[in-house]
Amino acid sequence: MDVDPVVQVIGASVRFAGDIALDGVDFRMFAGEVHSLMGENGAGKSTLIKAMTGALRLDAGAVLLEGRDVDLSTPAAAQRAGISTVYQEIDLLPNLSVAENIMLGREPRRLGFIDWRRTREAAGQALSALGIDIDPASMLSSHRLATQQLIAIARAISTDVKVLVLDEPTSSLDQDEVDELFRVIRRLKSRGVAILFVSHFLEQVYEICDRITVLRNGVLVGEYVTTELLRLDLVQKMLGKATFDLEQMTTRAPSATPAAAREVKVSAQGISRRNDMLPTDLDIYEGELLGLAGLLGSGRTELARLLTGIDSLDGGRLMIDGVPRRFHEPRQALRHGIAYSSENRKSEGIIAQLSVRENITLALQAERGWFKPIPRNRQDELSASWIEALDIRPADPDRLAGLLSGGNQQKVLLARLLAVAPRLLVLDEPTRGIDVGAKVEIQRLVSELAIDGMTIVFISAELEEVLRISHRVIVLRDREIVAQFDPDEITIETLLTIVAKAEDGT
Amino acid sequence: MRKLLKHRILWPIGALLALVLLNAVSRPSFLSITVRDGELYGSLIDILRNSAPLMLVALGMTLVIATRGIDLSVGAQMAISGAVALTIISDSKTPGSLGTVAVAILAGVAITFIFGLWNGFLVSVVGIQPIIATLVLMLAGRGIALLITGGFITTITSAPYAQMSQGYLIGFPFAFFVSLGAILVISLVVRRTALGVLTESVGINPEASRLAGVRSRGIVWSVYGVSGLLAGVAGILYSSNIMAADANNAGINIELDAILAVVLGGTSLAGGKFTLAGTVVGVFIIQTLTSTITFLGVPPAVTPVFKALVVIVVCLAQSRRVREWLSRIRPTRTPTTTTTTPVVERIPA
Repeated sequence: MDVDPVVQVIGASVRFAGDIALDGVDFRMFAGEVHSLMGENGAGKSTLIKAMTGALRLDAGAVLLEGRDVDLSTPAAAQRAGISTVYQEIDLLPNLSVAENIMLGREPRRLGFIDWRRTREAAGQALSALGIDIDPASMLSSHRLATQQLIAIARAISTDVKVLVLDEPTSSLDQDEVDELFRVIRRLKSRGVAILFVSHFLEQVYEICDRITVLRNGVLVGEYVTTELLRLDLVQKMLGKATFDLEQMTTRAPSATPAAAREVKVSAQGISRRNDMLPTDLDIYEGELLGLAGLLGSGRTELARLLTGIDSLDGGRLMIDGVPRRFHEPRQALRHGIAYSSENRKSEGIIAQLSVRENITLALQAERGWFKPIPRNRQDELSASWIEALDIRPADPDRLAGLLSGGNQQKVLLARLLAVAPRLLVLDEPTRGIDVGAKVEIQRLVSELAIDGMTIVFISAELEEVLRISHRVIVLRDREIVAQFDPDEITIETLLTIVAKAEDGT
Repeated sequence: MRKLLKHRILWPIGALLALVLLNAVSRPSFLSITVRDGELYGSLIDILRNSAPLMLVALGMTLVIATRGIDLSVGAQMAISGAVALTIISDSKTPGSLGTVAVAILAGVAITFIFGLWNGFLVSVVGIQPIIATLVLMLAGRGIALLITGGFITTITSAPYAQMSQGYLIGFPFAFFVSLGAILVISLVVRRTALGVLTESVGINPEASRLAGVRSRGIVWSVYGVSGLLAGVAGILYSSNIMAADANNAGINIELDAILAVVLGGTSLAGGKFTLAGTVVGVFIIQTLTSTITFLGVPPAVTPVFKALVVIVVCLAQSRRVREWLSRIRPTRTPTTTTTTPVVERIPA
């Protein structure tokens, strides 16, 4: 390309207490392109982003903006220079209005007081520039997550933005919302903004991105034009394993017992919860791997939470091994061997400031009660064996769980639940937001557990994944079960049409 | 992790030593301990004795704060337990008998334990914010104490009761053994059972803990009970010191000193990880400071200013940002060495 890049990173290196996070990485972005930064967790993606957006200092190397060395020492300085970021966890204030959120810290002033009329006008302009039609005076919390995401983008671009960084912007959006986001991205692109789109969804990367830069273990692997890079090649470059074993990804656990001989493990009879779930019947068989497919808000998570005592039932009843049970607390379900792993790893999973060891032994300890502490050497044994079995890295039981990568946190969470030897394990999006390598490992692990005879309910937004490892697939839509399949008798396209069935009935 | 914990408690210990040193230099008698009739006397011994009520209250406060809570009612609860105990003794025909005193103490402590459980009920079951839930008793508690004493300051004469705070046991003030006992019992209960880690878990992430099957409600409920119980014992010590149930002044503002001691010790008000050792050091800092100020002849009304100064210094020393800032203005600015390691290395082993 003969134009100069808008951002150029030269020889960027960052060390954290001896660990090399980035090692002499070069990176560039051009105006009016959508660029993707790909790599496993720990590849250095977020470190590079942080260096570009002023959240972190480089130990060596430089970041040039339009060829000049600009002050990027703080996020505010980076924003003034024209680099804005929208983070994965939306950092807006739910108790303020949309206009206040967009203009926060930059409100137009008159005589030292905030000029609210102009504030609303400016916010309105930022929204309409993106083609978003909402009232700037409305409360932020009154909008859906997806809309909040767009508001965060409106906030990011309401300054004179040259580079917009979107860190996992689609991780909690459904297909329509993703389309809406992409429309906004294309609009910004046509205005000459350089957009860095970081996502684990290969599908989306290939749909929206012009070029891809791949990092691995803190080192630059290469920069590629999207249309010239095959997916398999991309995955291989990210993983760095020359023979990426696709065969192993496609195996499904043989069911432990012949389908006909299976006993019903859990039987839900007309269970319902106001605003969450319509009355629903569901039988879960001993030793099966049941996949739940559906969009966000379809009821897939809500059903899982009703089955596991996280939320209480408004109606209907649960039969466990043929005996009716009522759960008011997850603790009661756990006592019957029913464990739930939440889709929100950070807020409902990991205890960030406790060590890996304490996290792994938490559920077991909770089950034993306050006055029967697990002896320290037993804790060490337990955590060491789970760290080894699930290949948790770094293999340090005393490391704080919050410092681990997403994939490893998921494994710690799994270890915690597996340590209580559950008989029904409900996994809600265990592979969300983790790198490809960890994803494959988790899928394999789930299959292995099923082979060992554990009953598993597996929820994922990725239909392909559900279809690949489940023995039976149930589709939810609009808070009820709408279909049930043998995964061998259905294609992903058919499943997609059922999951996303339009109102017109086609 | 253990290194970090040691690291964090180092600053409060340093502050305490600096205070002791300051006192030792300005009045050499500060460090001297004399033996009279087999009993120890001296400024340090006074600090051990006088710190007992604050120690008890601060230990309970540490646990409450670990669960993301706060207990503002501890001072008022001290007034209640003192009022109950002294009313029982003064109404008794045998105020000097050991049995009467034992009954009085047990009754006083039992009542504040119940009040503590009431706080815990409001917080963990009803779901009221801790600061509001305990504010209720903070405001009402002294009224309740006045009701019990009939609006008077009840005074008594009872040798066994006076023993609680004024007496000696194997050379040391009896009150010191009470606080030592509380430290040992709570440390043992917290670290030898799973209560410590479960409390931290609930404080760090209540919802994740619930999903993991932790009885969060029971834990939150019981820490307020413990806090009430300890405040009750503190109230006994206080009233035993003046041999009067002064509902208006017993434990006044002690909740603030207790919160201060917890924070000085390095436990975050945000909840989660807590350190009992830090709190113990924090209590000694505050008590030494009070004693220093009294010695310097500063009018008591100005005392809070000095406390505020110490708090600022210790909190600044604990602030990561300040330490980063300090390490940055040092001349070594070669980019490859500006990691976090030098901060750790500067700590003497």
